[in-house]
Amino acid sequence: MVISIRNKINICLLVLLALVPTITTLVDDSFYTGVFSRVLILAIAAISLNLLIGFGGLVSFGQAAFMGVGAYAVGIGSFHMLEDGIDWMGNGYIQLAGSVVISVVLCLIIGTISLRTRGMYFIMITIAFSQMLYFTAVGVDLYGGDDGLSIYERSDMLGLIDLNDEDSFYYLCFTSLLFVLWFFHKINHSRFGQVISGSKSNEERMLAIGFSPFKYRLAAFVISGVFAGYSGFLMANLNDFVSPDMMHWTRSCELIVMIVLGGVAGLFGPLYGALAFLLLEELLSSIPLNIAGLRVGEYWQLIFGPLLIVLVLCARNGIDGLLPGAKHDK
Amino acid sequence: MNWLLLLEQVLNGFQLGMLLFLLAAGLTLVFGIMDFVNLAHGSLYMMGAFFCATFSEWTNSFLFGALLTIPATFILGVVVEMVALRRLYSRNHLDQVLVTFGLILFFNELVRLIWGPVGLDIVLPDFLNRSVEIIPGVPYPIYRLAIIVLGLAVALLLYWIISKTRLGMLIRAGASNREMMGALGINVQLLFTLVFGLGATLAGIAGLMAGPILSVEIGMGRSIIILTFVVIVIGGIGSIKGAFIAAIVVGIIDTVGRSFLPDILKLMVSSDAASTAAPAISSMLIYFMMALVLAIRPQGLFPPKGVA
Repeated sequence: MVISIRNKINICLLVLLALVPTITTLVDDSFYTGVFSRVLILAIAAISLNLLIGFGGLVSFGQAAFMGVGAYAVGIGSFHMLEDGIDWMGNGYIQLAGSVVISVVLCLIIGTISLRTRGMYFIMITIAFSQMLYFTAVGVDLYGGDDGLSIYERSDMLGLIDLNDEDSFYYLCFTSLLFVLWFFHKINHSRFGQVISGSKSNEERMLAIGFSPFKYRLAAFVISGVFAGYSGFLMANLNDFVSPDMMHWTRSCELIVMIVLGGVAGLFGPLYGALAFLLLEELLSSIPLNIAGLRVGEYWQLIFGPLLIVLVLCARNGIDGLLPGAKHDK
Repeated sequence: MNWLLLLEQVLNGFQLGMLLFLLAAGLTLVFGIMDFVNLAHGSLYMMGAFFCATFSEWTNSFLFGALLTIPATFILGVVVEMVALRRLYSRNHLDQVLVTFGLILFFNELVRLIWGPVGLDIVLPDFLNRSVEIIPGVPYPIYRLAIIVLGLAVALLLYWIISKTRLGMLIRAGASNREMMGALGINVQLLFTLVFGLGATLAGIAGLMAGPILSVEIGMGRSIIILTFVVIVIGGIGSIKGAFIAAIVVGIIDTVGRSFLPDILKLMVSSDAASTAAPAISSMLIYFMMALVLAIRPQGLFPPKGVA
């Protein structure tokens, strides 16, 4: 079997990511395990969003809100376990099941209405719905409202995985990422995935040959939302905290930035994007340089913003497009 | 129900509607004519407010400050368009989202660097800082009335520009068929720069008008830009008339909803539940409305001619 250079690079990246806990143990700095856990979690959310954006041509701004659903499943579960002594609510599997059920229901409702629209209108209506979920979270005083909810007890995975251990948490994220990559690879190459991307390039033709793109799009919307919920579940356990802020539309915007930065055309693009986004954030905010008494790192977004602009202007297909053997958009 | 309070809230709604219209007019032009997604429109609004605060302090007069802000935001818009956005018109919406997101980060941080993390205040001159009785016994702040009047004046001016002048003719032509306009020898690039500058100026005017009543702070663009998106989507992207009507409707529904919903809810559920749920539900009201409009008419209420 011949492996293309492109796939060799992808495999190298995965091997490096697998080694992160080992390396951080060697250099005795566990801070970066947390940083990379965050990268993996956001990559999961971004890869599943890319099913809609890259393959379906549907720019949804709702992903962060669905992440919030998963995160609140953890937050609310641990809250009731500690406050009311309801033990089963701290169970991670039950929290996950709850998050999946709620994500599916919400995605079906929101998707059915939103998918009637196209282009700009689709962007806007998904923003509108995610803002509704955001304000719901703000409005529920019981769970902290605006201030959010601290999670004092991470999800209990019944002894299979200890989420309190940083390294096993990282490996949970990593295996989840591998699964997500495999799953979306399968989807993209299935008949289902072909219908999704076919409806992106020519909807009339899909209709003419007897497909109704709507149900396929709705299914894609649900799948993407469920994985967003799962990444929210991980994120809440990583941060020990959940707040409406993580559901704000600007968070979805960040995910989209990661996807575009990494490249929409490929499976690995969003992973590269999440890596680049968070590492740049870390790197720029720790610049030790001082100019006229101001620490440059504190104003890192002043550099990051224009850098994004330059990257888009120079690299048309994102980081993925810079790798050898890239498929170029017309 | 308290009718005087209702009247006051409707006026407040009108005033919010005027601000939204100024923002939405610029945004809808940029969307409709240039097919460009500008998430950074809220940043231009924020810059307008900060410019006005600074110029007012320099000149010791709100009016001079406001007059200086108008050309300043125009220049800012033109510069941003020429430096960053010009190359992006042919790109897809995603690239535009990314670049304008970069602009948001840049402007927020720039403001924090120059003006510091704490917000500013704009002091109104005495003759604006008073109330008049609109009907006997009901005082209403002059400044808010001034916003309504000025907003209407700008709307009329915009109507005149778009329907009677050559520039307006080109703008309308651009909205319905860009390629044909280029083929007829119109300098499309210059037109786009002007339209973007015009949009930035309108956003700046909204910012300077909002400055004295809302606080001038870094996050101010982030919250209002979504309301503006709601307005242009309800009105139909590219339609000034749609933006005008939708802005007033959204402004009134949002303001009146926020002040009366708690009482209405109390009639239906226990007052405890009503007072927790009301703020969240009233923030959602306009999103419900938008979802409803799009579910029934996916192209908005008043889509411009020639746009499917």
